[in-house]
Amino acid sequence: MAQQSVSLYQRTGIEWLRDFLRGIGSFLKLIASNRVGLLGFIMVIFFIVLSTVGPRFVPLDTKTKVTQIYVPPSREHPLGTDHQGRDIWSQIVHGGKDILYVAFLTGLISTFIGVVLGSLSAIIGGGFDSLMTTLADIWLTIPQFPLLAVLAGFIRLDSLSLLALILAVLSWAGLFRAVRAQVFSLKERDYVEAARALDLGLRHIVFSEILPNMMSYIAISFTFAMTSAIYAQTSLVFLGLVPISTSNWGVMISLAWTRGAIFSKDSIYYIMSPIMAIALLQLALVWMGRSLEAVFNPRLRAGG
Amino acid sequence: MGVPSALRSPKSASVGTARLIRRIVSNYLLRRLLKALFTVFFVTTLIFFLIRLMPSNPIEVYINELIVQYGFSYEDARNQAASLFAIDLDAPMAVQYLDFLRHLSRGDLGNSLRSPGTTVLSVIAKFLPWTLFSVGTGLLLSFTLGVSLGMLMAYKRESSLEPVLAGIGSFLSSVPNYIIGILLLVFLGVRWELVPIGQMRGSMTPGIKPSLTLEFISDIFFHAALPIATYVLTTVGGWMLTMKSSTISTLGEDYVTVARARGLPETRITTAYVGRNAALPLFTQLAISIGFIVGGSILIEQIFVYQGIGYQLLVAISNRDYPVMQGIFLIITASVIASNFLADFLYSRLDPRVRIVGRE
Repeated sequence: MAQQSVSLYQRTGIEWLRDFLRGIGSFLKLIASNRVGLLGFIMVIFFIVLSTVGPRFVPLDTKTKVTQIYVPPSREHPLGTDHQGRDIWSQIVHGGKDILYVAFLTGLISTFIGVVLGSLSAIIGGGFDSLMTTLADIWLTIPQFPLLAVLAGFIRLDSLSLLALILAVLSWAGLFRAVRAQVFSLKERDYVEAARALDLGLRHIVFSEILPNMMSYIAISFTFAMTSAIYAQTSLVFLGLVPISTSNWGVMISLAWTRGAIFSKDSIYYIMSPIMAIALLQLALVWMGRSLEAVFNPRLRAGG
Repeated sequence: MGVPSALRSPKSASVGTARLIRRIVSNYLLRRLLKALFTVFFVTTLIFFLIRLMPSNPIEVYINELIVQYGFSYEDARNQAASLFAIDLDAPMAVQYLDFLRHLSRGDLGNSLRSPGTTVLSVIAKFLPWTLFSVGTGLLLSFTLGVSLGMLMAYKRESSLEPVLAGIGSFLSSVPNYIIGILLLVFLGVRWELVPIGQMRGSMTPGIKPSLTLEFISDIFFHAALPIATYVLTTVGGWMLTMKSSTISTLGEDYVTVARARGLPETRITTAYVGRNAALPLFTQLAISIGFIVGGSILIEQIFVYQGIGYQLLVAISNRDYPVMQGIFLIITASVIASNFLADFLYSRLDPRVRIVGRE
């Protein structure tokens, strides 16, 4: 009997993998059902491929060529050249990796924190819940960017992973609130009640009953966490608060800015290329996220 | 009544306190005010310990700097640092903390490290008004514009205008604010030379006297025009989209149908029935939006060289001027919390339901 109940309620590795793949499948289907969302999804994929595979094919141009300063786009230089005559396209190809890395890591950590704290708060309830909600409310009123800027004044944010960790910790409150609300509505459902009546334990209830039903919702939060991480890190670089070590899009804007390139008419491609890259990546992520939101929230769907 | 307080039993005193607490809890605005005050206190505490417990303690950094660069002895450097930070470094952390709170309650935020003799408070008094002015105007404009456009989109959702507006709205709300700022600068100022960006720098033309004359007012609007435009452009999209979906769901409510059936004039339905109810969710968004826009002012003021508090914060950070940093951060947070409180107040005026306890 005991043997049987275990096989009933504990999934094997293969079953787990199958459920996982099925989750991804339904995720893709939901995205494809919305044209804007699909476009966003394709653009995101494009940026990921560009930044991970691209550098293998396009070598980074680091040579200063005095004769080729601010050359307009041509076959040789698709986006023209910068203030030192270096190819801008190669810088764009190489400049996305760091940004995407920080964005993904921030998304992962902050989603993890949000999901863990949010579900714990909703499940435990009582004093812990009201303490956490009050704390989250307070945290949300602290302006994040000034806090981040002040922090950058104290800590040398030269490690990408550290930057991602800080960004994630700072953004816990919004996700916490959203996840908590979700879990609150999910835990009243019959199948959770049933699992509780069977005394299957907190871990089982969270990981096998509640989390799988929130997967798509978590995916939305993930994309939004990514957009705010991209915003925060590129702005910090732009303000010169993060030491410039490698070349990324934020560094490119910052360099174009400090070299006064913004005020020279010839340099339009130099300043516009990283700006368009960041803006398009942000737009793609938001489109993807918002279309997911529309799919899950019928109230929004009604509006088209 | 009439009973000397000494004769009151302790029980009735505790009943009085309990009643007082209940009245505070049941009063919506009082509750919000307490929360706002607590938040300020929380942030103050956070920043105090953050500065002292960081791996590179700024006070130690400053002491080292004095020793290395100016040849101070350790004692002298330490005393100088202590007087500048207005704290007693030998005292235990708890005493330092209480001391800090005492100074703070008197409005004493210490002195600037880099420009001796300047109090942090005077820096704030000089630069904060410009940020409040530009951010406030921008927020007001974008809120009004966003709400009107959002309603327009909801009413005209069958027309070809709607997808255009929705596209613009979603583009504006997803592109980072500093990018919109740079684009305005590059295109309006440099490429097309439509606006004289050189003259627009700063918060006002040097030499002009602050007064209530038309000349002064138009001058400050001239200098704040680009930052305000950036704030409006970056936030209006969010308001539009939220207002649109909120209006659409409100239009489906029974009370709107009933109002139509009663034959009320359409303008009255639009303003008092649909508009008022549809705008409610925007107020909860306002809280996050204010913090975001004020935080964004660091970037925007830097781009347009607008002499506001955000610009000064960046100057303080790059100079490692810790007291100014701490003071400006506190004042930014306090103004965000204050404007949230204001938004809560407006919300409770618009929606009487929230003033009743237990219906949040």
